Amino acid sequence: MQQKQQGASSSSTSYNSPCAACKFLRRKCMPGCIFAPYFPPEEPQKFANVHKIFGASNVTKLLSDLLPHQREDAVNSLAYEAEARVRDPVYGCVGAISFLQRQVDRLQKELDAANADLIRFVYSDQMAPPVVPLQPSTPHAVVPRQVRNIIGSESGGGYYNNNNNNNNNNNNNNNNQTPIPFPYSLPWNYQNYNNNPRGGSGGI
Amino acid sequence: MKNQEPRSISSCAACKFLKRKCTPNCQFAPYFRADEPKKFAKVHKVFGASNVSKILNEVPENQREDTVNSLVYEAEVRLCDPVYGCIGAIASLQHKMVELQHDLILAQARLACYVENQPSYLDDNINIIAPNTDFQEPSNGLVESLNYNSMPFDQFSQFQFP
Repeated sequence: MQQKQQGASSSSTSYNSPCAACKFLRRKCMPGCIFAPYFPPEEPQKFANVHKIFGASNVTKLLSDLLPHQREDAVNSLAYEAEARVRDPVYGCVGAISFLQRQVDRLQKELDAANADLIRFVYSDQMAPPVVPLQPSTPHAVVPRQVRNIIGSESGGGYYNNNNNNNNNNNNNNNNQTPIPFPYSLPWNYQNYNNNPRGGSGGI
Repeated sequence: MKNQEPRSISSCAACKFLKRKCTPNCQFAPYFRADEPKKFAKVHKVFGASNVSKILNEVPENQREDTVNSLVYEAEVRLCDPVYGCIGAIASLQHKMVELQHDLILAQARLACYVENQPSYLDDNINIIAPNTDFQEPSNGLVESLNYNSMPFDQFSQFQFP
C-alpha cells in the first residue's frame, strides 16, 4: 500500500489551502506565513485591495512591528482603508473623517443652542415673577448650579464642555496627543482622540 | 565655449529620498517639494512610491493635490497609530456623535418641559430642532463595528478640502 508522503508541500498540511495573500502573490504558503491568519482564502478581494494600496512588503513590516494580538485589528483597519481608497481614490477614508467632523460640529452647535435656551429658562425661574419680559442672559453669565446639573448630569457629562461653568470634564480625558497638522482646516484637531502608541515598537 | 546650461532645478523630495534624478516631468515634483522631506518619507513608508504613483495616475490632474494631501494625512495617522490608523479616528468621531446626539435629545426634552410651563413671551426664540442623524452606537469591537457599507464613500467625493 502506498502511503502518501508529506513532503515539503505548498501548505502547512496537505489539507490547508494557501492563504489569500500567497495565492495572490503566487508563492508557497509556509506554515509561519504572517498573512495566513488574517487573509483567509475565501476573501481574496481583501488582500487584493490591501496589496493594491499598501503593498505586501509594507503590510509585512507593519504587522511585524505589532504584537500578535494587535495584528487582526491592524489588518482589518488596513483592509477598510484600502477599500475606502479603492472606492474613492482622491480622499479615501479621509473623506469620511471630514464628513463626520462636520456632523459633530453641527450637533455641537445644536446642543449649544439648546443649552443656551435652557439657561434662559432656568434664569427665568429664579428671577421675580415673570410679569416683565426677561433680559437675555449674557454669554458669560455665571451658570447656576441647577443648570450645571441639567446640562451635565444625565449623560455623565457627555462631550459638552461649557467653558463658563467648568462643567463635567470626566469623559474628555483624551487630550494628551499632539494634533497632527493638516494643511487644510480640517476641524478635527485630533486632541480628543485617544492615540496611545499601540504598536510594539511605536511605529513602522 | 562651453554651453553653460542653467543648472537643473533641485530634486523634489521624492526623488531626493529615492536617490534618483528628478526629471522635468516628475510626477511627484508638484506635490512633494524639496523643503518638505518628511511628507514624502511618511507616504513612502506607509504606501510606497510605486503605489502612490499608481493612485495618482488614476485620478485627474486637478485632483492630485487633494489626493496627495489625503494620502499624507492617512500616512501620518497610520504612523501615529499603527493598529487602527484613520479607522480609530472614524470610530472616535462616531462615538462622539452618538454622545452629542444623546445629550441633544436630553436637552431638548428638558426644553420642551420648560416651554410647556412658561408664558408664551419666552417662546419667541426657542427652536427645538429634532436631530436628524441616525448613527448607531458602535458595538464593542472597534473595527468590527465598521463595515464597508456604513460609510458611503462615493458621496464623500463632494467634500472639497478648502
